[in-house]
Amino acid sequence: MTPTDDEALAKAAAAGDRAAFATLLDRHYDRLFAFAFRLTGARAEAEDLTQDICLALPVKLASYRGTARFTTWLYRVAVNAAHDRRRRAATRARAADGWGDWEVDRQAAIAAETAVEDWLATAMRALPRELRETVALTLGEGLSQSDAAEVLGLSEGTIAWRMSEVKKHLRGLARAEGML
Amino acid sequence: MSDDLDRLNDRLRDRLKAAPPAPDPDARARTLARAMENFDAHTEAAQETAPEPRPTSDRPDGAGFLTGVRAMLNRLTKGPILAATASAAALGAGLMILMPSLTGGPHAPLKAPVAPTVTPTVAPTVAPSATVAPKPENPPEAATRTVAPADPAAPVTEAAPPAALPRAAAPMPAASMPAAPAADASGAAAPSEAEALSEPMVEPMVMPAPSAKMAAPAPVTIEGSAAFGYADRIAPPAPTDESFANGPANPVKVTAEEPVSTFSVDVDTASWSIVRSSLAAGVLPPPEAVRVEEMVNYFPYSYPAPAADGAPFSTSVTLFQTPWNKDTELLRIGLQGRMPATTDRPPLDLVFLIDTSGSMDEPAKLPLLVQSFRLMLDHLRPEDRVAIVAYAGSAGLVLEPTAASDRARIDAGLAALQAGGSTAGAAGLTEAYRVAGQMKQPGHVARVILATDGDFNVGIDDPQALEAFIAKERDSGTYLSVLGFGRGNLDDATMQALAQTGNGTAAYIDTAAEAQKVLSDQLTGALFPIADDVKVQVEFNPATVAEYRLIGYETRALQREDFNNDKVDAGEIGAGVQVTALYEVTPLGSPARLSDPSRYVVHQTRRSLGELAFLKLRYKAPGAKTSERIEEVIPPTPTLNPDDDARFAAAIAGMGQLLTGGKYLGDWGWTEAITLADGARGPDADGYRAEAVRLMRLAAALPH
Repeated sequence: MTPTDDEALAKAAAAGDRAAFATLLDRHYDRLFAFAFRLTGARAEAEDLTQDICLALPVKLASYRGTARFTTWLYRVAVNAAHDRRRRAATRARAADGWGDWEVDRQAAIAAETAVEDWLATAMRALPRELRETVALTLGEGLSQSDAAEVLGLSEGTIAWRMSEVKKHLRGLARAEGML
Repeated sequence: MSDDLDRLNDRLRDRLKAAPPAPDPDARARTLARAMENFDAHTEAAQETAPEPRPTSDRPDGAGFLTGVRAMLNRLTKGPILAATASAAALGAGLMILMPSLTGGPHAPLKAPVAPTVTPTVAPTVAPSATVAPKPENPPEAATRTVAPADPAAPVTEAAPPAALPRAAAPMPAASMPAAPAADASGAAAPSEAEALSEPMVEPMVMPAPSAKMAAPAPVTIEGSAAFGYADRIAPPAPTDESFANGPANPVKVTAEEPVSTFSVDVDTASWSIVRSSLAAGVLPPPEAVRVEEMVNYFPYSYPAPAADGAPFSTSVTLFQTPWNKDTELLRIGLQGRMPATTDRPPLDLVFLIDTSGSMDEPAKLPLLVQSFRLMLDHLRPEDRVAIVAYAGSAGLVLEPTAASDRARIDAGLAALQAGGSTAGAAGLTEAYRVAGQMKQPGHVARVILATDGDFNVGIDDPQALEAFIAKERDSGTYLSVLGFGRGNLDDATMQALAQTGNGTAAYIDTAAEAQKVLSDQLTGALFPIADDVKVQVEFNPATVAEYRLIGYETRALQREDFNNDKVDAGEIGAGVQVTALYEVTPLGSPARLSDPSRYVVHQTRRSLGELAFLKLRYKAPGAKTSERIEEVIPPTPTLNPDDDARFAAAIAGMGQLLTGGKYLGDWGWTEAITLADGARGPDADGYRAEAVRLMRLAAALPH
């Protein structure tokens, strides 16, 4: 356990403690970036999304009540920021969303270093957005179903149902590839 | 089998865990530095009055399981029955089945919104100005903040905190809602729906009654939206996955600098339906979903029919005092398309292109779609022909071109539609246009009717390629209409783009009643173009008009030179269709003028004072290559007694602006909008206007 836990740091930062805020950022940037990457599947998108979240954090912290764990709250902020980002992108009539972008920008993505392997990209693209989010939280971040449920504001049963949906999609994918 | 599945699951887990590369140290450092800057700026600003932060979460911190269930039930069934009878088992089962459609989770602000606790004795006008339109009111201190709404990106994320559903208490004069037992605000025992489900956060919301009709003691009512007859509506899920097409509101133009305003007509009405379904669910619509012109055009007006031998549409121009600003005038331009005798209409070749992807598998989508098409079939004639193409994964011809008289075969084709698979919109479109091309006969009108929830996520993902394809087909004479179904991943932007490119209309269908209006009542209009590429150009006279502003039509703006260029595509007008445009005009010398006159530029004006503006319309007869032109001088004298149509259109335009920030409305708010609309309902045979007034009342009660 660190000398000061996330929750205390977050409250201090919300009250104007600069050092607390810096510690929080430093502590969570890498995790945020990894999660953003799992959500979007592209390095540039993930960097931008992480930046969106970090830059908005000073304002958002005011709404942190300390009733949820800080990481849970932060995942929720991240998921919402991803939604906002997608919505803005769509409003500008750009391509659909992260893993879809990846498809559209396949050439660029291959040229860049974000060589996400094909199987993962295909699998993630095959999933509807809400399943992708759920998968990123549970399988990617290793959250329990109840923690993922809290992040997404859903019941645990819904998460369980979504994970069974994920399996169905994976099975369809495997069939298409002749694996099953 | 299940081992295999587990292996797949593990594979996904391993790959996902391994996927993220190491963060780029430069990007990391840059972001952290900028975040610290923001932190400093925020703490400084917090010394002054901090703005209410946008709720970051889809629901409140620490909200319990029941909150979600309650909010969901409120969305799905507004009636008291479920609240009274729901057993724990029913709740559990409902959650399993229904939650997937509410993907973003129930929306609720993080903090309880500040209820406008105005006591009933306060004059009603005080309330809305305090709660609805804070921006224009405190000019000096708030100067920096009022810049924010001008940022086109900002409203998307910052201005639309979805509302707490159970707080959607609507102020309604008790007299006009017979079914609703009005509860006294002071009565703590008031049995509201919210309390029946025992949610501690929810307090009764107290609102002053907005209508002038309210009697003096002004009983305050507490009421959910349940009593307004929306119980049968399928409420939209949290609109987290939708995209909408809109631009920033048209700015005020200085006549001396830019006297000419040019735009393409817009006969779509999708925006109104989206606004309605949001408000009926107790949520403010996202501002970018609000297109004022589509809201105004949703309603029928009694414009005079065009002369039998003249142009295919008539114009009605009215100038009257702006409801929200006594020093400006509203210029209403109404177009009425000719309604040919229905017996004369050419035979129709219709290709239904139906999205059967997995996301359509919801009651408000595929089943409603099939029902809608059945309604439409009743209005077709034996010589019309129908084909059905389904798309999901792979596009397929479900029903060969079939005479409309062969109802049994068509019904069988519709019944065979099943949702499943992913969406490949482009493949389906190609197939539909191919079928339409086959069916095409001289003298027939060919149209592809695309029904979708707009989720084009496989296939040609490039919107430009899709539009180019549709534009090519449009030039070959096949029209395209787009019908949107369901909420949740409605891709309004794509729908708009497709319909505008395809010379067609986009409509959003949320209920069987709306299907009736769009497909049956307007069957002729939606399906028979009487004029193509209709463009409107208004040249304002700098000698009489200081400033003007086009309300709405942001997505339809044209360049001045495009007006005379027949190659530039614009909207079509169908048989009997009406189009209304509103300009807010500031006369020369009016105190409402926003810009200072130029010190140096003196304009030479011709034919001065007798004209306010010069209206020019261009259109092509369907299929024609060159355009015709209509011109009309608009006199500068406003009428003192605008008719119901003009005042109602103004009220709806005001409503649209209130939903998007109301930058130009001053302290004119919901109360005034409701009074204006209520007094301009006219005959309103189908009740559309009454519904609009109800929705305004709902909107007024939502936290803004």
